[in-house]
Amino acid sequence: MGNKILIADDEQNIVISLEFLMKREGFDVSIAVDGAEAIDKIRSEMPDLVLLDVMMPKKSGFEVCQEIKSDPALKSVRVLMLTAKGRDTEVAKGLALGADAYMTKPFSTKELVERVRSMLAEG
Amino acid sequence: MLSGTLVVGVSFAYLLLLFAVAHFGDRRAEQGRSIISNPWTYALSMAVYCTAWTYFGSVGRAASGGVWFLPIYLGPTLAMTLSWLIILKMIRIAKTYRITSIADFIASRYGKSHLLGGLVTIITVIGIIPYIALQLKAISSGYAVLTANPDDGYRTVDAVYWFQDSTLYVAIILAVFTILFGARHLDATERHEGMVAAIAFESVVKLVAFLAVGLFVTYGIYNGFGDIFERAFNDPELARLLTISGGSTAGYGGWFALVLLAMLSVIFLPRQFQVTVVENVNEQHLRRATWLFPLYLLLINIFVLPIAFGGLLHLGAAGDPDTFVLSLPLLYGKEALALFVFVGGLSAATGMVIVETIAVSTMICNDLVMPLLLRSKRFDRKTQPDLTGLLLLIRRGAILIVVLLGYLYFRLAGEAYALVSIGLISFAAVAQFAPAMLGGMYWRGGTRGGALAGLLAGFFVWTYTLMLPSFAKSGWLDPAFLDHGLFGLELLKPEQLFGLTGLDNISHALFWSLFANIGLYIVVSLFRQPTGQEASQATLFVDVFKSQRAEPATFWRGSAEVRDLLPLVSRFLGSAKTHRLFSQYARQRGYASLDQIKADAGLVHFAETQLAGAIGSASARVMVSSVVQEEPLGLEEVMNILDEASQVRAYSHQLEEKSRELEAATKELRDANEQLKELDRLKDDIMSSVTHELRTPLTSIRALSEMLLDDPEIAVDDRMRFLAIIVSETERLTRLVNQVLDLAKIESGHAEWHNTDLDMRELVERAVGATEQLFHERGAVVELSLTDEAPHLLADHDRLMQVMLNLLSNAAKFVPKGTGRVGVTLDWDGDDIRVSVSDNGLGIKPEFMPFLFEKFRQGGDQKDRTQGTGLGLPISRQIIEHFGGHMWVDSPPGKGATFCFSLPNARRVPGEAQSS
Repeated sequence: MGNKILIADDEQNIVISLEFLMKREGFDVSIAVDGAEAIDKIRSEMPDLVLLDVMMPKKSGFEVCQEIKSDPALKSVRVLMLTAKGRDTEVAKGLALGADAYMTKPFSTKELVERVRSMLAEG
Repeated sequence: MLSGTLVVGVSFAYLLLLFAVAHFGDRRAEQGRSIISNPWTYALSMAVYCTAWTYFGSVGRAASGGVWFLPIYLGPTLAMTLSWLIILKMIRIAKTYRITSIADFIASRYGKSHLLGGLVTIITVIGIIPYIALQLKAISSGYAVLTANPDDGYRTVDAVYWFQDSTLYVAIILAVFTILFGARHLDATERHEGMVAAIAFESVVKLVAFLAVGLFVTYGIYNGFGDIFERAFNDPELARLLTISGGSTAGYGGWFALVLLAMLSVIFLPRQFQVTVVENVNEQHLRRATWLFPLYLLLINIFVLPIAFGGLLHLGAAGDPDTFVLSLPLLYGKEALALFVFVGGLSAATGMVIVETIAVSTMICNDLVMPLLLRSKRFDRKTQPDLTGLLLLIRRGAILIVVLLGYLYFRLAGEAYALVSIGLISFAAVAQFAPAMLGGMYWRGGTRGGALAGLLAGFFVWTYTLMLPSFAKSGWLDPAFLDHGLFGLELLKPEQLFGLTGLDNISHALFWSLFANIGLYIVVSLFRQPTGQEASQATLFVDVFKSQRAEPATFWRGSAEVRDLLPLVSRFLGSAKTHRLFSQYARQRGYASLDQIKADAGLVHFAETQLAGAIGSASARVMVSSVVQEEPLGLEEVMNILDEASQVRAYSHQLEEKSRELEAATKELRDANEQLKELDRLKDDIMSSVTHELRTPLTSIRALSEMLLDDPEIAVDDRMRFLAIIVSETERLTRLVNQVLDLAKIESGHAEWHNTDLDMRELVERAVGATEQLFHERGAVVELSLTDEAPHLLADHDRLMQVMLNLLSNAAKFVPKGTGRVGVTLDWDGDDIRVSVSDNGLGIKPEFMPFLFEKFRQGGDQKDRTQGTGLGLPISRQIIEHFGGHMWVDSPPGKGATFCFSLPNARRVPGEAQSS
């Protein structure tokens, strides 16, 4: 398949587990540890999907999402937001900013994989 | 000369005419079409002020004293300008509380006192009876002038026996007339419409008659004012009369005293009180009377000087100036005019006698006889159920007695000085009511004792300085005390009391009597707090305009049934009338019938007010008390309900205060609410942060565990790595939970502190020892610089160790790997113990500095984040602050960070000073 996935999270251990998970599913994985790096990598690598953490240094996931969605060149990039803050307002905000899906941490790895696959299949 | 028969006939005819007018007035009143309910009648009835004494006497005074007849008229004019201030209030009070005389007014004001009412009545009777005599004399001498042969000279009344004296018959006719119109029936309001109509009619007659003779003298005998005054100026004797100093030796002080006297008398003379206050139909009428009455006075005075000068120029000193108004027309043969003028004088005299006796008889009945009757055993309810007849009998008897006493005095005094000067002396007597009346209307502090003392003192001084001297001058007393003083004491000379000379006798008496009166009234009043009864009455009077409640019944605690009150009131007002009044009351209150009237304080007040009109307020209170179980209010209670105005003021004041308090409270609440909201937000933020911090490690743990579970094929390396992460994240979670609980405990004040004596140096060394392994792993060097001087502290060892470990582990986290240098210092500056931990890491970014000690704000590289919870520094700071110290950070860019805290030495245990 070779779909490209960018993991943007500042939590090292989460990155480790997500990277392992996505690679095992056969995706191309790249990593960003803060918002700014995430933007750069999205532009340079044009991933099919971004697993985007909300709470990140430099730029928050919301800002990154907004930037992606306001840039027509990045139209094809799917955004799956991940957040440890499970409040409804956070979900609403993320979706309002154009995130394609939203999952709260801790997530079920099976569900995450299914969601990623279905999003890629749609796009 | 006119025949006696003609004069008597005309006089009687005139009295019959008066009777007709009065009858007409009463008829119209019964039909509800009052003829006195207009300001003209009201103002004209006030002109009862002008009696025969002024009708004839003004010319007499002008002939001897020139312009000195004027104060008697200037006073009332001035008084009327103040009418809205004083008279209106008197009217309102009298109407509200059914007051029918001055005596009742004063008695009611000072706690419904029988004693005061009686005293006022006695003063009035003594002061007024000679005045009535004076009226009779005026009629008598007028009659004599008309009927006598001018050559006979003046004939005195003493010449005839009393039964031959037509004056007696005039007196009796007047008494009958007064009884018919003044005491025909009992009325709660005590108004006499027919009488007022007759009085107003009389005022017109006397004015027209006086103007007629004035015009005749001025334009018939002379050629107008200019002519008369020119002639007067040419006569040195008469010219003297046109100046104040020429007419009298009293000077301006005497002038002022007379004006004041006349001002007071026009308000407080019983007859003036009767027509102005009691007979007032509508308060609005006072407005017109304020200028109409003075205008009347002006008109009736215009011709006084011309007639006086005309008489003096014509008749010289030989004539009696008091009868110039009659003798001048007679001299010119104008008998009809003279007769008309006599009728005018008769009007003035009869008007005064009628109104005065009605007023005085009301006082005698209500304030002298009733109180005595009420006390007597024979006055029993069972034996005499209906007292209206008795009441009327008392009134009528009083009228007859007063008129006859006047006649008696007239017979006794005759031409004596005591009669001639009685006008002003009477005025001075009623002026004694002024302090108690005015004080009562405007000063809450006046008490019964004060009024009693003032009245007695004023009356005593009046008797001593005016009444007795007038008796002495009449030859009834040895005049020695006039010249040498009582008991030969010069200071006690009645007309130069305490050496006060330079005043005429009236001014002198007025000064001393009012001085004593006002002085004692005030001093005695101030001496004692008013009783509850006095205070409540004072408030009802002083604030009559403010308390427009239907009834001020709040001051009367007690109740009585209609079946008790109805018979009581019936006894005095008659059954039919009482039923009508009570039915009216029931209708006003919205009760269907008499039986349904609620037995409350309002009903009691109503009954008392109705009775007050008939028998006086003091007696009414006594009567009503007999059927009412009243609990008199104590002074304090009265004070509590006192004074609607000040109460309202106080209320509004309180309200303002309350609303201010409320506003403040609202603001406080709003602030508190904001604070709560803020705290709530903070709590939410904390919760959200805590959630985030919990979920983050859980995310790794769950993801890795699931993968390990799903896939047994994972390489051993990966498997070990994942398990290590899981363990470390679990540790992180444990730390987090512990620290959150820890912080919550410290913040809420529930943390336990085990304070012991501790050596800070030892503590720092142990902390460094405990973290040695950590630094070793990072390849960092720890340098210590610890002073020996630092004293022991009284603090919690474990807590301070917690702070030290936190700072040291932070430093270990941030030093560069391999080249790390960490400095630990301990200093004592004599006051504070200071500890610092510095590192040579990247330092803290300036933009992060403000948040350094906030919860869940972790700085530094995310690679090291797994170790921290974001709560270490906040907890450390809380601990240090708990011991009264503080914690801060110093981080110059590029030079690493230095965390410091200082602890005050004050926590040291006394006596356990330093040891090293």
